[in-house]
Amino acid sequence: MPLFPDSQDWLAIWLTLKLATTVTLLLLLVSTPLAWWLANTQSRARNVVSALVAMPIVLPPTVIGFYLLLLMGPEGAVGRLTQALGIGLLPFTFAGLVVASTIYSLPFVVQPIQNAIEAIGPRPLEVAATLRASPWDAFWSVVVPFARPGFLTGAVLGFAHTVGEFGVVLMIGGNIPGSTRVVSVQIFDHVEALEYARAHWLAGGMVLFSFLVLLALYTLNPQARRK
Amino acid sequence: MSDQQILLRLQHRYPGFSLDADLALPGRGVTVLFGHSGSGKTTLLRCVAGLERAAHAKLSVNGEVWQDDARQLFVPTWQRPIGVVFQEASLFPHLDVRGNLAYGIKRARVTDGAAALPNVAAQLGIDHLLDRATDRLSGGERQRVAIARALLTQPRLLLMDEPLSALDAARKQEILPYLERLHDELEIPMLYVTHQLEEAARLADHLVLLEQGRVIASAPLGEALARLDLPLARDHEAGVVIDAKVLGHDAVWHLTHLRFAGGDISVSQRALEIGRAVRVRILARDVSIALSGDLASSIQNRFACVVRDLAPADDPSQCLVGLVAAGVPLFARVTRRAADQLELAPGRAVWAQVKAVALLE
Repeated sequence: MPLFPDSQDWLAIWLTLKLATTVTLLLLLVSTPLAWWLANTQSRARNVVSALVAMPIVLPPTVIGFYLLLLMGPEGAVGRLTQALGIGLLPFTFAGLVVASTIYSLPFVVQPIQNAIEAIGPRPLEVAATLRASPWDAFWSVVVPFARPGFLTGAVLGFAHTVGEFGVVLMIGGNIPGSTRVVSVQIFDHVEALEYARAHWLAGGMVLFSFLVLLALYTLNPQARRK
Repeated sequence: MSDQQILLRLQHRYPGFSLDADLALPGRGVTVLFGHSGSGKTTLLRCVAGLERAAHAKLSVNGEVWQDDARQLFVPTWQRPIGVVFQEASLFPHLDVRGNLAYGIKRARVTDGAAALPNVAAQLGIDHLLDRATDRLSGGERQRVAIARALLTQPRLLLMDEPLSALDAARKQEILPYLERLHDELEIPMLYVTHQLEEAARLADHLVLLEQGRVIASAPLGEALARLDLPLARDHEAGVVIDAKVLGHDAVWHLTHLRFAGGDISVSQRALEIGRAVRVRILARDVSIALSGDLASSIQNRFACVVRDLAPADDPSQCLVGLVAAGVPLFARVTRRAADQLELAPGRAVWAQVKAVALLE
């Protein structure tokens, strides 16, 4: 029984980090305009969109995974579209995992950013406008620095949540080494094979990782610490 | 000259409130928008700034049109050459004082903006604070930084929305002199919102009186303050502001003599150069009326006047007496019994005795 992580484990770790980084960047891109819209809109669609974004918090991952699988599968609307576009089918690929993880972790990124943007209030943006800042300029020079703690919290939570997911990955990605077998799945495999020592390396690593991430979050983010 | 004017016509409605204004304001000097809370004065200012968009409006400032709904024209706030000072300083906390000042300079693309920074900072007494974080400033300092920040964009219109109301009395007195200097030196028009009569008296050249979304008066300050038909005259602090010049100093009695069109006024000695223009404020409650000027009295500021009009005061025992001293309007608040016994009526020649005069530098 090997005491140290083997190449399969390292592959899973590398894949997990690649997935989490890709998903985090994608989440920031998607969540920022979405959070901005939710924070500012008067539209009645706001509540519907808020509820949809928050669904992954309450739904079991298997439910989300199941429907995404159907949606992205050969008979699903998204599946038909990706096939027509020549991308092929997304389930059981890294790209499929990225899409599913992005949806699954969306509320953890949207909500902190939305809260941070709402906390700014209208005045700083009014001041920026009276100082000749265009709305785009004011977004970067006022909203981003004001909401920085929200962005940081969102990014860290999105990253950590993606690293920690299991159910959705299993449903949509399966267990393909180097492509969809992330750390949480690898641990499951080790446990199933009764290779507890190897499971410990990865599981203990995850515990340490989670602690360090949260510690960094609270240290770097004075506002989060105050709350 | 209609080019050197602020022309504003607007109708703005939302549930429970409507604002209606049609104003032609001077293109230089300070116009104070005065009224109680809910009178619409701040909304009016926000419409001029473009922070709020009135449904039907036409606004032009010294010849430049900023909004004209007949032509679907609306210049957004960030493209209007304005400087705005809000009630709270609203400094950017992620920038230090210098960063806050530089924010507008950079974006307004003004010539010599960076060169103007030390001068404006010195003018507002914040030159020693430039490298401070904004959370290490006092309330008065913060507001002075906000004023400097607005001035440094070299606006063509300055807007101030109750800039002193969030400050305590001491901080107010700290900032007022800076605002008064602005008033003297500024080449551009300023709209200043307040509900404090004292601020209006010290800063305004022109006064716009708002009540429940309607303009009830728009006139030069001296004229507006002396009108007995306006609610201002019923304020406890009601009174007039008179422009005077320093005539001379009396070292023996420690007095400074001032002269205005209607006569001379003595106040306790102040270090002011002779010939300097000053404002004095005379409250209606400090003016008494006598029929003769040679009366021996401890009240020595006395001028010959003619009664212009009479109006009831809020207190049923009192009335307001409008007076004119050689063309300069002022008014007194006296008891109705006194008015009756002195047979005060329009046209009657009397003497105004002024118990207290506030010199507004």
